[in-house]
Amino acid sequence: MAATLREEFTKGFWRTIPPFRLVLGLCPTLAVTTSGINGLGMGLATTFVLVFSNLFVSLLRRFIPTQVRIASFIVIIASFVVIVELVMQAYFYPLFKILGIFIPLIVVNCIILGRAEAFASKNGPVLSLADGLGIGLGFTLSLFVLGLIRELLGAGTLLEIPVMWASFAPFAFMLKPPGAFVALGILLAFMNLISQIQARKG
Amino acid sequence: MGEFLLLMVSAILVNNILLLRFLGNCPFLGVSRKMDTATGMGLAVIFVMTLAGMITWLVYRYLLVPLSLEYLRTIAFILVIATLVQFVEMVIQKAAPPLYEALGIYLPLITTNCAVLGVAIINVDERYDLITAIFFSFASACGFALALVLMAGLRERFALVAIPKAFEGTAIGLVTAGLIALAFSGFAGLV
Repeated sequence: MAATLREEFTKGFWRTIPPFRLVLGLCPTLAVTTSGINGLGMGLATTFVLVFSNLFVSLLRRFIPTQVRIASFIVIIASFVVIVELVMQAYFYPLFKILGIFIPLIVVNCIILGRAEAFASKNGPVLSLADGLGIGLGFTLSLFVLGLIRELLGAGTLLEIPVMWASFAPFAFMLKPPGAFVALGILLAFMNLISQIQARKG
Repeated sequence: MGEFLLLMVSAILVNNILLLRFLGNCPFLGVSRKMDTATGMGLAVIFVMTLAGMITWLVYRYLLVPLSLEYLRTIAFILVIATLVQFVEMVIQKAAPPLYEALGIYLPLITTNCAVLGVAIINVDERYDLITAIFFSFASACGFALALVLMAGLRERFALVAIPKAFEGTAIGLVTAGLIALAFSGFAGLV
């Protein structure tokens, strides 16, 4: 039991890390990662929704009729999204402003619905909680790293602290939408490369 | 009329919903491998998004605002969209079987297409009136279809070229999307 629990939790960090291994949830990944902090905020908001939706879907899995399960999952997810929306509006207003439309859009983040359908509706609450937390934190990590890279190259800062040499000319392209696609694509190729080298060794 | 033309150009080219607003990227990378699936998905999105834009606007204005339940809009909109998609699927199946053959499998996917919900929310956030909202939804959907078809056209060519192994699949797709987005940002001065 403890071993599977650890397995379900840790798989989200490399083996099935979203959005790289599970190519889902791309819109927030691309849109909000203009800095490390924004990526982190979006990731944590998504993790909160994912953990609670997984828990509740798992608890209610015997009561939800199969025919209407997708609609039921969406209502559960949407309820937690509204909670996040209201809490962020009250306590983290600047971040709420930056993330904007992507907070309500957590509802249609395919990662969350995907985990509800593929995992939480088939497993018990404890395992589902571990799965939600693992995948959620993996997603947060991806967004944070992508945000840091784009911030470093696009503005020459890390977490808003200037780190590059004085004559460094910021690469503004990285902060623009096209830069998001290219940065994510190159990062994904890099991860593929590491996996290929690992596979050759193993 | 000029105002609508401007809105149309802005929604399709300058603020393309896929490439510059980042809405609906999952189907963008998922179904852009072949031209005919891309066209099918594009048409289905134009149809559903225009309808959804209109209905969510009406629900917000005449149901949520009078009851001061604006904070429930996310739940209300996603339910409207899910029901609408199911309904459209049933109607098309009965009324136009050939159309259903063509669009059928894409319709369920649209429920979780964040572009549809995104446009509904933008309509409300920007305080568009009903006609503008319908126009904006339609134009955004056309922009989505245009980007999807362009992308599929390019991705079909990938079969003919040697791609580094690490870039195969989604990675090269993302880089290509970046280049298309770069081309689209050249339209920025238009409006």
